[in-house]
Amino acid sequence: MGMLNLNLTAETDQPLLSVQGLTKRYGARIGCADVSFDLFPGEVLGIVGESGSGKSTLLSCLAGHMPPDQGSVIFQTAQGPRDTVTMAEADRRRMARTDWAFVHQNPRDGLRMGVSAGGNVGERLMAIGARHYGDIRDKAIDWLGRVEIAADRIDDRPRAFSGGMQQRLQIARNLVTGPRLVFMDEPTGGLDVSVQARLLDLLRGLVRDMGLSAIIVTHDLAVVRLLADRLMVMKSGHVVEQGLTDQVLDDPQHAYTQLLVSSVLQV
Amino acid sequence: MTDQAYNFAYLDEQTKRMIRRAILKGIAVPGYQVPFASREMPMPYGWGTGGVQVTAACLTPEDTLKVIDQGADDTTNAVSIRKFFQRTAGVAVTEATAEASIIQTRHRIPEATLTEGQILVYQVPIPEPLRFLEPRETETRKMHELEEYGLMHVKLYEDIARHGTIATAYAYPVKVEGRYVMDPSPIPKFDNPKLSNSAAIQLFGAGREQRIYALPPYTHVVSLDFDDHPFVPSKAPHDCDLCAASDSYLDEVITDDQGGRMFVCSDTDFCRTRREAGHLGPLGVPMQETV
Ligand SMILES: Nc1ncnc2c1ncn2[C@@H]1O[C@H](COP(=O)(O)OP(=O)(O)OP(=O)(O)O)[C@@H](O)[C@H]1O
Ligand SMILES: [Mg+2]
Ligand SMILES: [Zn+2]
Repeated sequence: MGMLNLNLTAETDQPLLSVQGLTKRYGARIGCADVSFDLFPGEVLGIVGESGSGKSTLLSCLAGHMPPDQGSVIFQTAQGPRDTVTMAEADRRRMARTDWAFVHQNPRDGLRMGVSAGGNVGERLMAIGARHYGDIRDKAIDWLGRVEIAADRIDDRPRAFSGGMQQRLQIARNLVTGPRLVFMDEPTGGLDVSVQARLLDLLRGLVRDMGLSAIIVTHDLAVVRLLADRLMVMKSGHVVEQGLTDQVLDDPQHAYTQLLVSSVLQV
Repeated sequence: MTDQAYNFAYLDEQTKRMIRRAILKGIAVPGYQVPFASREMPMPYGWGTGGVQVTAACLTPEDTLKVIDQGADDTTNAVSIRKFFQRTAGVAVTEATAEASIIQTRHRIPEATLTEGQILVYQVPIPEPLRFLEPRETETRKMHELEEYGLMHVKLYEDIARHGTIATAYAYPVKVEGRYVMDPSPIPKFDNPKLSNSAAIQLFGAGREQRIYALPPYTHVVSLDFDDHPFVPSKAPHDCDLCAASDSYLDEVITDDQGGRMFVCSDTDFCRTRREAGHLGPLGVPMQETV
């Protein structure tokens, strides 16, 4: 009885993502250095820091868009933990379109602008073998609804959408296959404040309803307050502080975090 | 008469060897686009320089060559390529599909079933089927390597979303032996079933794009589709007005300025052979009278 309990606890306590000593240099310049953290299933991790602090570099290395110079990124795959840095590219790309999702700051980088909204949402389904047009379309309509895009816009191209709609379409396109881990780089950046608020609200609902695990890079402390369970503060490529979001924001330990929180620094 | 200013079939032996290596590689990996160093040919790119180079590399003095453009032997393009090889290689030429050992074609597969020992050479303008949605060559190469072909179905999805049906009528994408997705060149989709399990060697040459790919004999080729929108190799719902064929690909021909029109086989040799055998459509005339 006791043994069984222990085993169950061990199972659920496995991190979804375990990062160790991740380092990326651009020549002599440091992109990010010696970053380590664990992300557990259902957790949302926020990464904040001033411009040039290495947030996007870190996210790209985590998502396999860029090879790090050192370190490991262990992801809990269906076949057990695997280092995504050393796995075959074919496997990593397959994971990127099934288990993972990546939401770009600029929707143009994450959407196919020449393809209809329905085609954009359906692409990941077709990439993993969906071959029934009617089913793909039904799923696309369902997902457009979840991101508050009217079903009758399904055949319109993203060009005909506002910035906020484009970003919501990008989110639908990423979440349609039910990924286990979502990377987002400034998902609300470049949008009007009122549009940002609506998007944040939507994201919060999706994260909660789907129990998503996510890593969100942002300049905006309001975003992490609303979405992130845990927070990582970066400066000059290094993690200077990490912990529960409320703790870090309400009782910052590192001098840089204190500046950040007191808004003395314009991040 | 061979023009003595040129090597046999125009290209020098070293170039032909280089092209043959690309062809052999293509045959070894069906549907895979093999890069090759395309040479300047004494004709513009739009005239099928890729096909011409592949034909030049395959020709031997014993070959009999047939050249067709949209199924016809007598169009400008076909005539000038045929003349080019008569002049530079001195090979025998024919219009009869069954008599040809090498057939160079633009936009059609002959109606007559090809046989072992025959080579069909396609002129290809754009070899990359993924380019329509992914212009980056580095990315499309990676997609082929990793068999990431979801994008091909996005193209078909867009077709159905816009037209209610898969409207792609030419260059309809296929999957070769369950592996590579391939552009069969702008043949009508009516011809797609003939790509599969053919006894002939099928070679595809893209001159401007410097790619060669191939289907060895008896290769399994499947046209992409959806479960609820299956591939249909459609044609005009008519019989040939000249030879009454009901199973050949037809061209619509305007016959006068009062809107008169007729449907005739696009494969001129096929149509003539049928009429010689006595098959006559409503507008057909027995062959003896037209000669
Ligand atoms: N492709 C690159 N080549 C060279 N240096 C780079 C490159 N990309 C980023 N850097 C450098 O690496 C460091 C981290 O950059 P990164 O883009 O990761 O920061 P960031 O925190 O995302 O900044 P921002 O908030 O402005 O997006 C910076 O010094 C940057 O100049
Ligand atoms: Mg950035
Ligand atoms: Zn006919």
